[in-house]
Amino acid sequence: MKFKSSLENYVFVLPAVLIFSIFYIYPFIQVLFLSFFDWDGIVSFKDATFLGWGNFKEIIFDDPIWWQAMRNAGYITLIALIFQNLLAFLLAWACDREIRMKNFYRLIFFIPPVFSEIVVGLAWRFIINDVEGANIINRMFAAMGHPNFMHSWLSDPKTALTTVAVVHCWKGFGWGFLIFLAGLQTIPRELYEAARVDGANAWESFKKITVPLMIPVTVLVAILTVLGSMQSFVLILGLVGGEFAGHTSVPVLRILSSMRGSSRFGYACAQGISFGMVLVIISFIQYRFSKKVTE
Amino acid sequence: MRIKKITFNLLIHLLLISVAITCLYPLLWMVSASFKTQDTIFKDIFLIPKQLHFENYVFAWQKGGFGINFLNSIFYTTSVVFGIVIIASLAAYAFSRLRFPGRSLLFLVFITAMMIPVPGSFVPLYVLLNKLHLRNTPLGYILCMINVGLSTSIFLFKTFFDKMPKELEDAARIDGCSKMGIWWHVMLPLSKPVLAVVVVFNALTVWNEYILAFIIFDSRKFMPLQVALQVFQGEFVTNYPLLMAGLTITALPVILVYFLMQKYIVKGVTSGAVFFILLSLNVFVIL
Repeated sequence: MKFKSSLENYVFVLPAVLIFSIFYIYPFIQVLFLSFFDWDGIVSFKDATFLGWGNFKEIIFDDPIWWQAMRNAGYITLIALIFQNLLAFLLAWACDREIRMKNFYRLIFFIPPVFSEIVVGLAWRFIINDVEGANIINRMFAAMGHPNFMHSWLSDPKTALTTVAVVHCWKGFGWGFLIFLAGLQTIPRELYEAARVDGANAWESFKKITVPLMIPVTVLVAILTVLGSMQSFVLILGLVGGEFAGHTSVPVLRILSSMRGSSRFGYACAQGISFGMVLVIISFIQYRFSKKVTE
Repeated sequence: MRIKKITFNLLIHLLLISVAITCLYPLLWMVSASFKTQDTIFKDIFLIPKQLHFENYVFAWQKGGFGINFLNSIFYTTSVVFGIVIIASLAAYAFSRLRFPGRSLLFLVFITAMMIPVPGSFVPLYVLLNKLHLRNTPLGYILCMINVGLSTSIFLFKTFFDKMPKELEDAARIDGCSKMGIWWHVMLPLSKPVLAVVVVFNALTVWNEYILAFIIFDSRKFMPLQVALQVFQGEFVTNYPLLMAGLTITALPVILVYFLMQKYIVKGVTSGAVFFILLSLNVFVIL
């Protein structure tokens, strides 16, 4: 009876387990496996050559474009970590006060995150990359009497990556804003009252109450920002186009081009693994670091 | 003192409003440009067009083939969300209420999967779908997308079920209701708040998904809007108003859902559980 009941209970998890095993666990193992082979994905897998650590060696020692892509992603992430989160925190702090139209701002700030990266990328592309036309930033410079600042922001290798990073921040700060706001709202108002009674000014209570209590939330936002920004690439496809241009290339785009462009499936898997490990390590360090700070 | 406070509040509003304008401007520009023509788009620089040209929409919808892609997107979104709701709530019910060997281990596996980033796992997925002859088929895409939303949805359902009182189920059981019956007649109807969050978040994810659709579909007739946009963009690269009409068609359902379901989205993000959604969104977007 008990056995039968257990068996019946498995029926409930069966569909989930099936889909999960086929579409998550199996590909996960397959990635590890394929990364040791040289395979073009077309011929039968029997004809693939075993390379051992060959793919990984090539990534580390012999693939400057990959490292360039890593640096690019790191740059985007750094800008997002600093500016996007600073802005998100500032806005959340402003909206946490007794202020009118709080809900309106909250509604508007979360609009960019709900759109797809393709839509955002293409829309921005035609706003910032057209010199004589709709380019609002160029038109502002012209109006302010600095026409020599006018620039095709996305075609120039010098400014392209920063432009991508700025659009990325525009798209992403809404997440941080909502999480920070939720975090700020959990702080009991009595703490601020008590601090004021004790004679603390606004800055002191911000430093002594808000900041320490917000550390866990900040760590969460930071980890999410790193994971999201390091892996973002669809936005770049929309902004710059599909030609995987070097100066705005990021790791996931490299993986895609290893697979689609040069048909090196094994190499693409090896790239995926090395990149995934870098991400796990960074998140882990951030987590440990935050634990130390809170203690 | 009072004056100082008023100036301070004014400054804060100034900051908030300027950020709000920055948020809205690109989208307003997109919609406004979609009503202009190739000739007027750079001359008529105001947000409100002098004349409304609806022909861009007609062209994009018919000749551009956006009608089919729109229907595809609707079809994928509804099937995936439906699949996720059924499969995830079934599993979550078992994890929350039923006893069977390996229960906690299995749940742990689902949860860990949400947190391990696997960039580039679209590569083996492509290989797998080829092997199963599911590549370039709607079914293959739908199954992949169900998998994308599965573990977060299970997590959300389970945390909700855990907090539900057991008395209702007991009453149903005494009335002779089976386990399946309890799941369908008691648990699902009572979980409307979490159901709304699961539906809205997954619907947005599927509608906005790009990379899997890009990998899986070769035929234009199966593509959802996001991928079709990229193709369309290549074909009509210089026709800005037409492209903006395509973008607006793609974005419109999202705007509608966002304004109608805003409550659930904010609730979803702010309720601690969905910190996990965020995490998994970031992870699975790449899948």
